[in-house]
Amino acid sequence: MATSVLEHRPPALPHAHPKTGIWSWITTVDHKRIGIMYGATSFLFFLLGGLEALIMRMQLIGPNGKLVDPDTFNALFTMHGTTMIFLGVMPLSAMFFNYFIPIQIGARDVAFPRLNAFSYWVFLLGGLFINASFIVGTPPDGGWFGYANLTSSRVMSATAAAPSPGLNIDFWVLGLQILGVASLAAAVNFFVTIVNMRAPGMRMLRMPMFVWMSFVVQVLLVLAFPVITVALILLMFDRNFGSSFFMPDGGGDPVMWQHLFWIFGHPEVYILILPAFGITSEILPVFSRKPLFGYTAMVFSGIFIGFVGFGVWSHHMFATGMGPFADTFFAIATMVIAIPTGVKIFNWVGTMWGGSIRYTTAMLSAIAMVALFIIGGLSGVMHSSPPADLQQTDTYFIVAHFHYVLFGGAIFGLTAGAYYWWPKMFGRLLNESLGKVHFWLMFIGMNLTFFPMHFLGLHGMPRRVYTYPEGLGFEFWNRVETFGSFMLAAGFLVFIVNIIKTWRGPRNAPADPWHGATLEWSIPSPPQEFNFPKLPVVHSSVPQWDARRAAGGELPEPELVSGEDIHMPNPSYWPLVAAIGVFLVFFSLLFIRTWPSWWMFTIFSVLWLFYGVYRWAFEPAH
Amino acid sequence: MAHAASHTSEPGAIDEHHWTSTGMDNRKIALWAFIGSECLFFASLISTYLVYKGKSLVGPLPHDASECVLNGTKQACEPIFEIPLVTLGTAVLLFSSLFVVLALYGAQKGNRKMMIGWLSATVLCGLFFVGMQVYEFYHFFHKGLGYSTNLFGSTFYTLTGFHGTHVSIGVIWLATMLVLAIRGKVPPEKALNLELAALYWHFVDVVWIVIFPVVYLMR
Amino acid sequence: MERSPNRAKHAWMAKAALLGLVVLAAACADSYPNYPQTTLDPRSDFTRLVDSLFRQTFWWAVIVFVLVEAALIYVLWRFRAKPGDAEPEQSHGNTTLEIIWTVIPAIILVFIAVPTVKTIFKTSLPTPNPEVEVEVIGHQWWWEFRYPKLGVVTANEMVVPVSKMIGLKMWSADVIHSFWSPQLAAKRDVFPVFPNTKYPKINPLWFTADSVGDYTGQCAELCGIQHATMGLRVIVKSDADFDAWIAARRVGSPLVEGGRVAPGVDSVWKADTIHTKGQAAFVAGGCMTCHAMAGTPLAGAMTLRGPNLSHFGSRTTLGANMYENTPANLAAWLRDPQGMKKGSHMILPRPLTETEIDALVAYLRMHK
Repeated sequence: MATSVLEHRPPALPHAHPKTGIWSWITTVDHKRIGIMYGATSFLFFLLGGLEALIMRMQLIGPNGKLVDPDTFNALFTMHGTTMIFLGVMPLSAMFFNYFIPIQIGARDVAFPRLNAFSYWVFLLGGLFINASFIVGTPPDGGWFGYANLTSSRVMSATAAAPSPGLNIDFWVLGLQILGVASLAAAVNFFVTIVNMRAPGMRMLRMPMFVWMSFVVQVLLVLAFPVITVALILLMFDRNFGSSFFMPDGGGDPVMWQHLFWIFGHPEVYILILPAFGITSEILPVFSRKPLFGYTAMVFSGIFIGFVGFGVWSHHMFATGMGPFADTFFAIATMVIAIPTGVKIFNWVGTMWGGSIRYTTAMLSAIAMVALFIIGGLSGVMHSSPPADLQQTDTYFIVAHFHYVLFGGAIFGLTAGAYYWWPKMFGRLLNESLGKVHFWLMFIGMNLTFFPMHFLGLHGMPRRVYTYPEGLGFEFWNRVETFGSFMLAAGFLVFIVNIIKTWRGPRNAPADPWHGATLEWSIPSPPQEFNFPKLPVVHSSVPQWDARRAAGGELPEPELVSGEDIHMPNPSYWPLVAAIGVFLVFFSLLFIRTWPSWWMFTIFSVLWLFYGVYRWAFEPAH
Repeated sequence: MAHAASHTSEPGAIDEHHWTSTGMDNRKIALWAFIGSECLFFASLISTYLVYKGKSLVGPLPHDASECVLNGTKQACEPIFEIPLVTLGTAVLLFSSLFVVLALYGAQKGNRKMMIGWLSATVLCGLFFVGMQVYEFYHFFHKGLGYSTNLFGSTFYTLTGFHGTHVSIGVIWLATMLVLAIRGKVPPEKALNLELAALYWHFVDVVWIVIFPVVYLMR
Repeated sequence: MERSPNRAKHAWMAKAALLGLVVLAAACADSYPNYPQTTLDPRSDFTRLVDSLFRQTFWWAVIVFVLVEAALIYVLWRFRAKPGDAEPEQSHGNTTLEIIWTVIPAIILVFIAVPTVKTIFKTSLPTPNPEVEVEVIGHQWWWEFRYPKLGVVTANEMVVPVSKMIGLKMWSADVIHSFWSPQLAAKRDVFPVFPNTKYPKINPLWFTADSVGDYTGQCAELCGIQHATMGLRVIVKSDADFDAWIAARRVGSPLVEGGRVAPGVDSVWKADTIHTKGQAAFVAGGCMTCHAMAGTPLAGAMTLRGPNLSHFGSRTTLGANMYENTPANLAAWLRDPQGMKKGSHMILPRPLTETEIDALVAYLRMHK
């Protein structure tokens, strides 16, 4: 492991575009800077989601908890789920998509740099919008899955009150729509980048596994998000315009919401986990000094997981009583997904087999990702069986399952990526000792928090309960879990300390601190704005290893070049203007039930959006 | 991909600023990806329409006479659809797809007159279709079918309304191209700009080809 | 006293090992009686089917877990980097191996899938000849149980006879809930059915309890602010006890003669002062807006918002399994229902006086 401190390197050479100051960040279209903004923003949201989780754990530390009110608790778990999924894990993945997809395929930027900036701004505004609900005092409280008709705003019968008359659910619906715009724009962008921006010789089957898994994710995003867009539109109309799409009093069926939601929601699970699979597949070979075992099988198992992921949504709905034939179909389809997932796990083990394993923090996190994902995968197989799921669904067993998949899988994968790529992004190596403290706190804390949830679920503790009575035997494990959650939080505190410490330290990262295999390690740390002075020509899936072998040992540090003859896209603020337009359009829809002239605001917002888009379209890109 | 491979032998020869792996323009691939997304969008709306077909609790209904409430009184209602008008609209929309192909041909050949002429025809067709839909909505509304009257009303207005919105955006896009064409800003080397608008327009047409039989003809 | 660092380290390790053992022991030695809501101690035919399927998949999962994690740990230990390691052999894969580890999981899945499909069809069957039919209606945030053939309506506590096939028909009066009685009936969602619902989705569930006892359960689908306290009890009685229970509950039931209690027939509720005062308070306090009660004008009403309070005195709990049914808890509830269950739909038209509360407590508790 290269920890030698290099001499302090002068900052990158001057360039035509402004490099510093807030304005340079607001107008940037550089995929690396946008990636960093994605990372910083989503890490803050991630901490917020973690804080929400800690409050919930404090409430549940003993029976009859009185720390928060029941409605606050409902808001906490709703926003914890929504935040972690849409504002935490997805954009943290987007950070790596942004920074590393172009570099790993040997491109100078994404296909549409301004669209990329637009995605970021829309994401930021969407995240702020949905969290602003806390300030207004109407946070979403219908669960991250927002099941109709609990999310209905109208009185449905003489004996039933309106379940959600306030703005809580409106914030959630409109916030998710805003975030959907950001995700869709980003997905189209990365899709085109991967299809069309690969360097000469970078054939599809030579792409790094991270790019491959990201590619599958973009396809899933493009195909899954429109479905929830429609579901949210219908729910919004139900809430505001008196339609009955999900309202039994008008002939609608609340189960329809569940179908639409999970047709999106299950691919969403793979949207969350596949980037972590990709990162793990990058890291394991590098620190085992062996190429990825079964590259082609890894590619196709990823594609297969994504594809079948569209046909299993109803396994979230076994308790709705769909009938034996539907149950059978969705059970078998779900079990089938275990096969390509197993292939991935075995190939990861095969990658390390016979290797020479260096235990860096990145490697430890990637290994933990594999080890913990196995547990999440196996509990997943357990409730792919519908009758067994009749006991498990909506209990803490499920909470345990998806935290093993999403915390054990996605978060550990992303943490691995952070330690692995930090030197490339910031020119500084994160401290390994602190990194290991961070890792072990997180690893032990994670297992203490989430493993006992298996027991609690099987012993009858339902999900989404703000309290539980004495006498059901839930006390002990809940206390252990709360203790574990604070250990987790301590782990992330250490991570923050590590970041600050590294920030203050010297620029000590060489171009290739880990002896990496892929193109990002062939350029300086951090890369110059144009990434590659000359487009690389690729001959295998491990170009940097090829170069090392050809050089017969260490490669020289790459030179910084002026890059004056390289045209990079101009900075632009029109993406931000258009993003504000998108935000305003959805913001105006918040007032439908409370302000008769809301439509004037909407028309204004649409005009603003059109103006931004037109100026953007007619602005020279280069 | 074969294209990409052919470059690898002589990397020095590539134009680094216009290099793409497939040889296609980025925007074209992006639009195809977006159309893929839109397919799922309309598939969801059409599924919703089909799931709730025939489940309305009160009239008016699309193909059958029914009991409905009009001006506050319960009365018998006629079936609401008037197929001839919408068939005309459908035909006009289909022809507009042909027209935009001719306009694009003109653009690629540098025949400005041809481009402007056919593009104008396309925009007019689009406007006619939107006008037809506005008339239809207005007419249905006065026959007692409000947005929240029944499930048929909600699903019908939502599906066709979102399609109409797409048509309107297409009209705005094509009209923008028309203005550019008139100002001489669509030379043959920029014909791709028109091709993208045309691609979107074809997609909007194709969606209608699905909606028309599913909503208006299927009983 | 000083300790050498080595000893301190050993002590720390010993403590850690001890803690590990304690945790393990706690996990293993816990017996089911400590978990009255457990899914692992089935007490009916239905839950036994589910449980045996769960145990099969569980052991398959354990086997796979142990083998794979052991392989992983072995690799991590065996192939750790050592100083002076040469570059490992650059293998890119092994088709035979990859085929093997694709096929083996597939075979294991067949072993899980076959019993799964069998159990799906057994558990999804329409109720086979129920001997007692119960309608389960979820409300925000309490359960209504009706015995249409036996003429009984009650709330939050379902009483059934042992060793008889119980057929449930379940729906909801407002939002989606999920009926869950872990030891007896597993879980199934209940969907809203309103008077004008054209295609009501009424979910069935069946079970035959195999031992007498008191079983807890609760709503398992998020249904609003008090989802956590939408509890229920299933009380399994012997045949004779069940018959006696039914007979007593028929008096004043809305399903029997519209809730009318013929004078003279009823010797349980004498028109003494407690009764008269309580009934007056019940009417004056506005309770009748939401609650049916034997002996009041709305005794026969079926679609009121709150639970039917006839025979309230015999229920063991209050507020859907939230509080024990004691005079003190009942008085506290009547004084401030929102304080006892925030967000509950029980909103008093006006605060009750202490005299009224006393009268109501006595009145409600005497109706056993």
